[in-house]
Order: sequence, then structure tokens, then C-alpha cells
Amino acid sequence: MDKRGDKGIKMKVSIEDKLFLDRFKVAEEPHIRIIDQATCRDSCEEQPCLYLCPANVYRLEKDHISVAYEGCLECGSCRIGCPQLNIEWRFPLGGYGISHKFG
Amino acid sequence: MKETFDVAIVGAGPAGIAAAYCLAKKKRKVIVFERGEYPGAKNISGGVLYGHDLAQVIPDYEKQRCPIERNIVESRLWYLSQDGGYSLSYRDKIFADERRHNAFTVGRAKFDRWFAEQAQGAGALVVSGTVVTDLLRDQQGKIIGVVTDRAEGEVRAKVVLLADGINSPLAAKTGFRPEPKSHQVALAVKEVIELPEEVVDERFAVESGHGVTIEVLGAVTRGMDGVGVIYTNKKSLSVCIGATVEDLARNKVRPYEMLELFKAHPMVAPLIKGGKPVEYMAHWLAEGGYTAIPQLWGDGFLIAGDSGMLFSALHREGSNMAMTSGRLAAETIIEALQAGDTSQAGLSGYGRRLQDGYILKDLKKYKGFGQFLRGHNEVFTTLPAVAGLAAREMLTVNGVPKKAKQKAIWRELRKTISLRRLAKILWAGWRSVR
Repeated sequence: MDKRGDKGIKMKVSIEDKLFLDRFKVAEEPHIRIIDQATCRDSCEEQPCLYLCPANVYRLEKDHISVAYEGCLECGSCRIGCPQLNIEWRFPLGGYGISHKFG
Repeated sequence: MKETFDVAIVGAGPAGIAAAYCLAKKKRKVIVFERGEYPGAKNISGGVLYGHDLAQVIPDYEKQRCPIERNIVESRLWYLSQDGGYSLSYRDKIFADERRHNAFTVGRAKFDRWFAEQAQGAGALVVSGTVVTDLLRDQQGKIIGVVTDRAEGEVRAKVVLLADGINSPLAAKTGFRPEPKSHQVALAVKEVIELPEEVVDERFAVESGHGVTIEVLGAVTRGMDGVGVIYTNKKSLSVCIGATVEDLARNKVRPYEMLELFKAHPMVAPLIKGGKPVEYMAHWLAEGGYTAIPQLWGDGFLIAGDSGMLFSALHREGSNMAMTSGRLAAETIIEALQAGDTSQAGLSGYGRRLQDGYILKDLKKYKGFGQFLRGHNEVFTTLPAVAGLAAREMLTVNGVPKKAKQKAIWRELRKTISLRRLAKILWAGWRSVR
């Protein structure tokens, strides 16, 4: 079920192409996770995480929201943007995650 | 770690390193914890740095091979409508001569690394790849050190400086700075687009080593409270665009789609033509202003830089404020250590120093600006279109007499916005920055 409202933006942008430019050191354990999927499914009308994340980490699957933490840009927007405060958010382990080349 | 340091600093960004450098120069035992692989690995800014504040920490930074991208000689302000826009620009020879390095662009991964090396050269210990996960307190609640994510991760210090930036779960966890509300931070995405050095020189009509900054307002943020920038680096352009987290969430606009539309705008596209994107990043900007600043010092700790919301969105000043607040924190700490009093009272010189300088004065001056933008959304929605229409029609020569043109423009304007509202916007805008 797509709750999307895209305000007329028709552009199809590949986020994968953008993330491919960056350097990541991916940890085995995710550093961010959704606390309770049922809350997303049953209580969250807006699901802004699906659009807000600049790395498209949160994706709507058939029956849950997947969390592609490997491409996280560590901005923290999901943590404060989730209307249900349903995201457990930590920094990646020291030295892991994204490493900027130019910055 | 068994030894006790004088100061433990969280974050090897401009605030943390400026403090570390000053403290190490005065022979204080200081350790800096950086969660990135290296200082700068997790840092990003639009890219403008101001020489004045850097010189107050390292006067001979040029001689010390500070990695400078371009010296800024011209600043542009663009107000864009959908297919066009206004440009106001100021260029001055003085910025190439006597006031060279008044402002220059840097890449934070390179700059922060260099800056940290200077602090290490002065005697500071900088430990990368380490996250500070909590603060240590004594029985009375005074801060006495930090907890890191390393084995045996506790490190004691007489004072802790929190300089861990705008996104700080640590600050929220420890209660020193509540999580920003979604209207208090803007989420900006940045793309670094590579271009040959001569092409940048040509496109911006600058001599080698000099550069231009462009701040962009208007339709590019899709009606949201936000801003875009284009800054010249030696062999690349920094292209950024952002809007408040609140607006992005409410409007369901993907930040990277907004970025692509920005890049496609007829005023932007020619500047980046033929360029190769080489990096894509995202970060917050502190839009909260003066009223969002937390209590900046307490028993055993101080807060500097973005972590303390010391950022002036209107004048794009952040890294310089971070450096200066770090330096002032260091001066305060040296004073407190000498007096043997690192309690809130003993560290209160920090507040005095911040008040005496420009940081708090500037933030106070502009404290109403964020509110002005939020309360007058037309600046991003209807005004760009009307402003664009006015210029477009006036510039079109099509046999329509000028008086009739003027009347048509006026009619369109009155349809879109009442004169009273327009006057209020101009008046409120002026008041908010006066």
C-alpha cells in the first residue's frame, strides 16, 4: 500500500548511484533499527521515514519496513523525524559507517 | 585507560580541535575522541571557512600548509523561480589583496585532518575510530570523564568538552541538550562535482586560486523553508540543498530528488555541466538560533560548536563559531584548572567570554529570523513566481506598451498576494535581521 504524495516531482533519481560514490566500512550489526514493526504497520499513517531519509534506508516491503543501514549517511533525521519515535538509533561502531573523502 | 587527563574532548571537529590545540600549547594533558576513521571522516560543511577565526588559533596556518581550496572574492545571492531567477552579487579586489582569506573554501575531510595534526603536533592525543557513548559522573553528579566503545573504555578527566556536533545522541542521552525539534534543524544533502580547475576558473571568471560562493533561495526548495548553495573548490563544486526536517517530513520530498531538480535548474545546470559527481553526503544545519542554545557549561563540562547550536544560518557561519567557541572553552578551562575549580562556577568564565565576543551577540541579533521564515512561507512559495513574472514580462519586448505591462504585472501580483501581506513580509523580514 503506497501512501505516497509526491507533489508533482516526476524525476526518477537513482540513490544507489549516489551512494556508490561514497566510502563505507560496513559493520556486521546494524546501528539503526525499527523497534516495533507493528507500530509502523498499524499506527503510522504518514511513514515519513520512507521519504525523509537522504539515503533511502527505509523501504516499504510487503509486510514490513526494511532498514538498509549499510548506506546510512548518519544524519539522524529519522531519529527525530519518526512521528512514533520508533527508531533505535546509535552511531556505528568507531571507525565504521561512512568515511568522507572530501567532506 | 588508567591515566587521568586534564581534558577529554568529544569530537575532533573544528570546535574540539581548536580547544585541543590551545590546551596542548599551554601544556595541558588533553585527549580527543573521534568516532570517524580519521578526523573529518564524519564531518561536512558547505565548505566556507573564515580566516579570522582560524588565525586566532593558528596565526601562521598558511605557512603550516592549511589545505585551502579557493579564496573567495565574490559572493552571490540568487532568488530563483521555476525557470529563472534574480542574481545579486558582490565582488571586491580587496578580498584578493589585503583581505585575502577573509573567507575560503575547504573540504572538511582534508581540513579537519590537517587541523587535528596541528593539535597532535602541539601535544594533544587524538584517538580516532572511537565513539563516546556516555559520560562519567561522581556522587554529586559532576562530570569526571567519558565512556567509550572500546574495551576498558572509561577515561577520567578533570573537565570534559562536548564538541560532538549538531547530531548528538550523547547530548540528548545525558540531558545536556535536548534532541532538536524537527523545525530546529535543516537536513541538507551535498554533492561534490568534479570539474577541471581551468573550467572552474573560466565559468566563474576568477583567477587561479580564487573562487565564488552562491547562496540560493526560492522555488528550488519546493516551497519549503530551506536554502541551496554552490561553492567553488579547486577542482570541484560543492552543491548543497536542504530544508527543515519538519518540512521535508510533512511534504514527503526526497532530499536527493530535490537535489537533482536543483542541479537541473536553468541557472545551475550551466555551472555544473560536464562535471562528475564524486561524493554524496547528508548533514544537519542548526536553524534553531539563539533560543535553541542550551546551557553551555556545568559541573565538569562545557559545550562548544554545533553541539551547542552555535551556528548562524543567515550568515552561513558555523565552523568559525565552532573554532572560536573551542578556543574560548580552552581559555576558560586553563583558568579553571589553575584555580582548582572545575565546577559550574569555576567554568563560568566561558559564558562571559562568549558574551564579550561576537558569537552570542550575532545569534541574539538574528534570533527572530527562523521564526520570520516559518511565519512567512510566501518567501518560498508565491513570491519567487511573482518576482520572476515581473522581471520576465518587463524584459520581454513584444509591442505591449510598458504601462499596460506594468498594470498586468500589478494585477498578477495582487491576485497572488495582498499588498498588506507583502508589506508585512518586507517589514517583518527587515525587523528580523535588524
